[in-house]
Amino acid sequence: MSHATEELLAVTLARLIRARPLKHVAVGAASPIPAAAVWLVKLAQPSLRLSLLHRRSGNPFTEGTRELFDLTGQGRIDLFFLGGGQIDGQANLNLIGTGDWPGTGVRFPGSFGSAFMYMMTPRTILFREEHSPRVLVERVDHVSAPGVSAPGVFRRGHAEALVTGKCVFAFDAARGRFTLASVHPGETVESVRAATGFDFDAPAEVPATPAPTEAELATLRGRVRDEMLETYPEFCARVFNRPSSNEKSAA
Amino acid sequence: METPDSLAARVPDGALVALPPDNSLPSVELAKALVRRGARALRVVGVPVSGFATDILIGAGCVAELETSAVSLGEAGFAPRFTAALKAGTITLRDATCPAIHTRLQASEKGVPFMPLRGIIGSDILAHRPDWKVIANPFAAGEDPIVLLPALQPDFALFHAVMADEAGNVWVGRRRECATIAHASRAALVTVERVVPGNFLEDERLASGAINATYIEAVAVAERGARPAALLDEYGFDAAYVADYARMARSEAGFREWLDREVLARTAKVAAE
Repeated sequence: MSHATEELLAVTLARLIRARPLKHVAVGAASPIPAAAVWLVKLAQPSLRLSLLHRRSGNPFTEGTRELFDLTGQGRIDLFFLGGGQIDGQANLNLIGTGDWPGTGVRFPGSFGSAFMYMMTPRTILFREEHSPRVLVERVDHVSAPGVSAPGVFRRGHAEALVTGKCVFAFDAARGRFTLASVHPGETVESVRAATGFDFDAPAEVPATPAPTEAELATLRGRVRDEMLETYPEFCARVFNRPSSNEKSAA
Repeated sequence: METPDSLAARVPDGALVALPPDNSLPSVELAKALVRRGARALRVVGVPVSGFATDILIGAGCVAELETSAVSLGEAGFAPRFTAALKAGTITLRDATCPAIHTRLQASEKGVPFMPLRGIIGSDILAHRPDWKVIANPFAAGEDPIVLLPALQPDFALFHAVMADEAGNVWVGRRRECATIAHASRAALVTVERVVPGNFLEDERLASGAINATYIEAVAVAERGARPAALLDEYGFDAAYVADYARMARSEAGFREWLDREVLARTAKVAAE
């Protein structure tokens, strides 16, 4: 069955989420693909607690948005997603901007909670669909949130992986370095290198990112779509209401 | 009777004002009234981030300083007048991170001079905040650096609530960041959809979503006062209105045109009546 890139990314994120047991995942604003991934996991693991920050109805918090940070401070959120306008080879995140402080080149929106969440969440998955040398840089212009910390600085975890529109990288915090874990259909080690501003390791044989199964696609387009429709109507219309593969091949 | 414009008249130039973000009951009507009043040199705090209301205040020249964790119009993209003002150097920006803003306000709620917060160490945000300190945790056996944040006491908390009662309490439901800024500020100025009889604090179902009148300096009715932001389950986010703004505010001239149509036209109308 044909699938959208967003669907491949959602099942890829879901696989990473399931790699280690967890009880509570939070997803921030404007993150439809991570939200789809956690719904995929949740539907197979009903005990999983999801805190989707921007749901209008059924918002998980009763104390305002600070409750997310209070929960995370206590270690009650197991996994969070982060991205950035720039991400570098040591997994530093820049949500500030380029050029001199505070972003005299291109100003990004700002750091949100990243400077706290990255250090206080045991598990972080980095996600940025655009995979280009302007996003994946050798060294970020400014650090919103550091990829690794000095010894003695309290920190619960690091990035586990970076998922982009081209590949999956694994991150080794001890070495402060990414390794290519899989490439999406149509990509090679060389094409990934050409689009990446930082140096990374790659095994001799790099596997292909597994395609979504028919069951995963059916769940995404059915129950996941139903759950996401209120928060992400445009995303659901664009990704999940696309013509079926039959209609597409006929067209 | 108070109006959004009479509330705006209570905010002097140079005041430190705290505003909730677009998803948490901003009073866009009060921001528009501040533009009509010609407020200048406001120091704005985004709790913990900033959106539509802050962008129009910046575009209209009301803002000198901004402390926030991000400025964005959400799906409509970057905030155009904020970006332009930053480029032009007409505002001073103090970048923060969401829990730091909450923590600084919580310190004011408690009346203590500072509070610690985990994380942040190694972020360039810290390097640009000489007012934030790192100390060794005095209770730890080994090395444990931790950030101390100074209390932040805004002059005014500005937000929109669903309703006020006869006793002057206001009701915001679970959007408790509005309670935090009301508690932490010297005074809260609140627009509401309506005023209802009775007293929320005598109703168990309403009391937990209420903010005590102790903190509220003045309330004005402004129907649809959060528009284009959503108001809980009462009305939704007006994406088309924000998209139209984002398009027009890309240029200074377009922003002025939008301002004339959406904000200043009311002055002319009131004067003509």
